[in-house]
Amino acid sequence: MSTTYYLLLSALLFSIGAVGVLVRRNAIVVFMCVELMLNAVNLSLVTFARINGALDGQVMAFFVMVVAAAEVVVGLAIIMSIFRTRRTASIDDANLLKY
Amino acid sequence: MSLLLLAQDAGLPGGADTGLGEGIAFWILGPVALAGALGMVFARNAVHSALCLAGTMLSLGLLYMAQGALFLGFVQIIVYTGAVMMLFLFVLMLVGRDSSDSVVEVLRGQRAAALLFGVGLAVLLVAAVGRAFTDVTPVGLDAGGANWNGNVPGIGRLIFTKYLFAFELTSALLITAALGAMVLAYAQTRAHAKRSQRETVEARLRGEHARISPLPGPGVFATANSVAVPALLPDGSIAPESLSEIIDRTDVQPAPVPSPDDAHALTGRPHNDSDRSGHDASAPHSVRGSRPAPDQNGTYADAVEGADR
Repeated sequence: MSTTYYLLLSALLFSIGAVGVLVRRNAIVVFMCVELMLNAVNLSLVTFARINGALDGQVMAFFVMVVAAAEVVVGLAIIMSIFRTRRTASIDDANLLKY
Repeated sequence: MSLLLLAQDAGLPGGADTGLGEGIAFWILGPVALAGALGMVFARNAVHSALCLAGTMLSLGLLYMAQGALFLGFVQIIVYTGAVMMLFLFVLMLVGRDSSDSVVEVLRGQRAAALLFGVGLAVLLVAAVGRAFTDVTPVGLDAGGANWNGNVPGIGRLIFTKYLFAFELTSALLITAALGAMVLAYAQTRAHAKRSQRETVEARLRGEHARISPLPGPGVFATANSVAVPALLPDGSIAPESLSEIIDRTDVQPAPVPSPDDAHALTGRPHNDSDRSGHDASAPHSVRGSRPAPDQNGTYADAVEGADR
């Protein structure tokens, strides 16, 4: 097998994550789909690092992980505050930024 | 882990050639990752989605390790499946795991369009990647010296030299994220606002409490300020509110007064048999029974005065 299969797997995971973002209505599940897309990109970055023989891709994947962690924290806090005012986690109901 | 051992049998992970072990690991872990992703998208229950995503991330971490990214593999397992997914589960439990998806389509045909878009994207990406990377021979991380001295020192050297500024920026990002989470998740309700001293006094005067004054502390108007002393009212009687309802009341026992001719009594040890025969009769200061029984009121203070002396 060649390293191309990793890239194919990454592409498939990214597509599944994109479909999940579009299809699902629960805000937390939408968030998890975004995480899956980030992970798919990380897999391709690691594969590119191996193909090129340099560690820059791995460092980039590391930074993606840091940013994803920060994003998860802030996003879940936003979901919590929306849930506290609306009593719902569905993204269809959050059509106003205030109230 | 046996998959990793297999991968190491067939050559170093992340090498130029993908050996047999890595192939086996990929063909097991890749379908697991795909199945987890599909299960996450199509599971009705949000908790099932989170668990499927945890499985996907776990197998992705193992794939990182098989490709020579040992540090990233462990960070993936620790940070993603350990911290982020547990954070997701916590929020799911807080929000209520019954808050599943609504089946109502707000935009008509949106789901079919999304599925079409996803299939199209997958076909495009797979075709492009499959055509572009036909004759790629990977250099491998060991060949160019990138993994010199191991994967972790290599990444550390890059982070602290070439990507130092970006690394410093991530610290600012993390601090901002922590502050933002605290600000956003703070419960801004008036119900838990602390009452000021003045509001407390006014509420007392309005009669929201049983009494205007706070409860008397121990030792008020008494002769000692010990917590063992009940508060006395101005007429000398015991204030019943100052007595604890939890702690049992035990009577104060006066300390034994040793007889001056018995030096053993000062040490607190029991008397010898030979001594006791001579002293039993001549013990006028024996404590037991000489203590007055407490009356209804006032006697406690007297007894405590005796103990203080």
